[in-house]
Amino acid sequence: MAHANAPVEQYNYEVIRKFAIMSLVWGLLGMSVGVYIALELAFPALNFDIPEITFGRLRPVHTTLVIFGFGGSALFATSYYIVQRTCQARLFSNGLATFTFWGWQIIILSGALSYMLGYSQGREYAEFEWPIDILIAVVWVAYLALFVQAIRQRTQPHIYVANWFFLAFIMVTAILHIFNNLAMPVGLFTLKSYSAFSGVQDAMTQWWYGHNAVGFFLTAAFLGMMYYFVPKQAGRPVYSYRLSIIHFWALVFLYMWAGAHHLHWTALPDWTSTLAATFSIMLLLPSWGGMINGIMTLSGAWDKLRSDPIMLFMIASLSFYGMSTFEGPLMSLKSVNALSHYTDWTIGHVHSGALGWVAMISFGSMYHLIPRLYGTKIFSLKLIYTHFWLATIGIVLYITSMWIAGIGQGLFLRAFDDYGNLKYSFIETVAFLHQPYVWRAIGGMFFVAGVMVMAYNVIRTISRAKREAAELEAKIAAKMASA
Amino acid sequence: MKFKHESIEINAGLLIALTLVVVSIGGLVEIVPLFFINETVEQVKKADGRDAVHPYTPLESRGRDIYVREGCFLCHSQMIRPFRDEHLRYGHYSLAAESQYDHPFQWGSKRTGPDLARVGKKYSNEWHTQHLLKPKSVMPDSIMPNYPWLLENALDYSDIKARMKAQKMVGVPYSETDEEYEANVKRFGAEIARDLDIVYAEENLLRQAENGNYDGDKSRVTEMDALVAYLQVLGTMVDFKSYQEGHFSEFR
Repeated sequence: MAHANAPVEQYNYEVIRKFAIMSLVWGLLGMSVGVYIALELAFPALNFDIPEITFGRLRPVHTTLVIFGFGGSALFATSYYIVQRTCQARLFSNGLATFTFWGWQIIILSGALSYMLGYSQGREYAEFEWPIDILIAVVWVAYLALFVQAIRQRTQPHIYVANWFFLAFIMVTAILHIFNNLAMPVGLFTLKSYSAFSGVQDAMTQWWYGHNAVGFFLTAAFLGMMYYFVPKQAGRPVYSYRLSIIHFWALVFLYMWAGAHHLHWTALPDWTSTLAATFSIMLLLPSWGGMINGIMTLSGAWDKLRSDPIMLFMIASLSFYGMSTFEGPLMSLKSVNALSHYTDWTIGHVHSGALGWVAMISFGSMYHLIPRLYGTKIFSLKLIYTHFWLATIGIVLYITSMWIAGIGQGLFLRAFDDYGNLKYSFIETVAFLHQPYVWRAIGGMFFVAGVMVMAYNVIRTISRAKREAAELEAKIAAKMASA
Repeated sequence: MKFKHESIEINAGLLIALTLVVVSIGGLVEIVPLFFINETVEQVKKADGRDAVHPYTPLESRGRDIYVREGCFLCHSQMIRPFRDEHLRYGHYSLAAESQYDHPFQWGSKRTGPDLARVGKKYSNEWHTQHLLKPKSVMPDSIMPNYPWLLENALDYSDIKARMKAQKMVGVPYSETDEEYEANVKRFGAEIARDLDIVYAEENLLRQAENGNYDGDKSRVTEMDALVAYLQVLGTMVDFKSYQEGHFSEFR
C-alpha cells in the first residue's frame, strides 16, 4: 500500500471532518427549505399544486434537515472531537464511527424523501416512519458505545464537564426516541404505521419527547459544545466549575417535567400541565446558570469581542440562549399560553433558540474546529464578521415579525365587540399575517445568506489546506531528491 | 463519610447511572398515571347507555390517513380550549374522550387555519370538495394550498383490513370475531358495530362512499371522498345538548 507508512492520526478526525461538512450541507439545504415554506405561507401560489412540495409535506422536511441533519451532524462532529481530545483516547472503532456517519446521512435523506412522498407518523419532530426509526435506534446505540468507550479509555481521572452534557444527551435521546416511536406497522412491506398510544396519552408522550428533544438534543448537547469551545476560544478556564455542577444536575432533572406545557388548556388533565408549568419556571435558573457560566468565561478577556468574530458568535449565541430560556418559562405560564399557544409566537420562540442559540454556537464552534481539522487557518476573518451580521439581522427580523404575527393574531382572536360577539372572523387574522410572513421570509433569507458566506469561507479554507499540504509534500520530495 | 461530587466525576458508571435516575423521574410521574387514572379519559355515555364516541368507519379512517399524510395538523388544530372566544368560534371545548381512538393524536400546535375539532356537519360536502380543490374560490383571503390530486386519485383501499387490524392491535375496538362484534353491538349499537367489523371492511367502505357521495361523483371512490367523510364526522359524536350544563367540567 502506498500510504502504509503514513502516520496514523492520533485521533479519528476523518469522521469528524465528514460530519462537519455534512452539517453545513444539511444546514444550507434545510434552512433554504425553511425560507421556501415561509414564502409559501406568504405567497401560497408557490405550492404549485404539486403534492410533494406543499407546505404540509415540506415543513417536516425543514425541521428534520435542520434539527437532525444540521444540528445532529454538528453534534456528532463536535462530540467526537471533544470526547477524544478531553479523554485523550481515540474512538475505539473506525468502522463503527464510519457506520454512524453513513447511517445518519441515510436517515436524514430517507426521512426527507419519505415525507415528500406522504409518509409521516404525524407527530412533530418524530415524523420518521418505523423502518427509519429502527435505523436511528441502531445508529444511536453505536454512537453511545463509541462515546462511552472513549470515556472509559480516558487517561485523565476526571470526566470533563462537556462530556457530562453529551452523555446525558445521548442517553435521553435514546429513551425518548424508543418510547415515543412505539407504533404498529400496517405490514412488513409498508411504511405506514399507527402510534401505540392514542389521544391524551399519545399527546403527553409526544410532548414529553418533543420538549426534551429541545431540552437535550438542542440544549444539553449544545451546552456540551459550549463548555469546550468557549473556554478554548477565549483561552480561559470555565468561569465556575461549581456552577456547572449545579446547573447540570438541575437542568437534566427539571427539563423532563416541562413537556406538558405544550398542552395547556387541552384535554390533558390540569394536574399534569400545572406541574409542567411549575417546573418550566424553575428551569429558568439552570438555563441561566449555563448562560452565565459561558459568558463569564470571557471575563477578563472582554477585548476579544473587539478582535475575534468567532467569540462574537459564541457570546451572541449565549445571549440568545438566555433570552429564549426567559421567554420559554414566560410562555409556559397558563395565562400567557392562552394567548401565545397556536400562534406564530411559538414559531418565533423556537427560532430564537434554534437560530440564535443552536445555530450560532454551532457556527462559532465550526469556525474554531474546521481549520484545526485540516491543519490550517481560516481563509477570511472578515467573512466571519459578514456572516455574523447577516445572521444577527436575520434573527432579529425573524423574531420581531413573529412576535407581531403571534401576539397580534392572539389578540384579534379574543377580541369582542360591544355586544359580546366575536369582533373578527378567523380569515381576517390570516389576512393580517401576510406582512409579518413576508418579513419573516426576508429574515430567513438573511440567515441563509450568512450560511452561504460561511460555506464559501470553509471551502476556501479546505482548498488552502490541501494546497499547503501539497506544497509541503513537494518540498519534502525536492529535499529528498537533492540529498 | 463526606460526599464529594468528584466521586461522580471520576466514575463513568456512576455518572451514567445517576443521570438515568435523575432524568427518569419527571416522565414517570407525569406519564404513567395517565394510563391508570380512570378520570383521565372521561366516560361519555348516550341516553341509551351506549358509548357516544366510537372508532372511525373504514372510509373515515382512510380519510384520516390522508389528513396525516398531507400534514394538515401543521396548520389546523383539533383541540378546542375552554375559552369564551373559542366557544363562540368553534363550540364546546374538546373532551379527552373525543380523541381516544386517535392513533396518533392530531391536536396540533399551530393555527394558521382554524381549529377543525368540530368542523363536521358545519359545511356541506360540496363546500368541502370545492374548498379542498381551491380554497381561494370560497375564501378569497385563504393561504391554504390547493389539493387537486385528492379528486384525481382513486382511493387505495386494498389494504384497509390490514390498516384496521394494525389499529386494533393498539387498542381500537374493531371486531374480527363474532364475540367482538357482539360486544361492539352492546357498546356502540348495531349500526355502528357493523361499520367496525373488519371482515366487511371493503363493503362498508364502498357503501359509505356511495351513500355519502362526498365528492359529488358516485362513479368512483376518490381520496376526496375519504377525507371529506373524515372531516364531516369530526366533533359530531358527542351531542352536547343532551347533557346538563357544567356536566363535563367535573372531569377537568
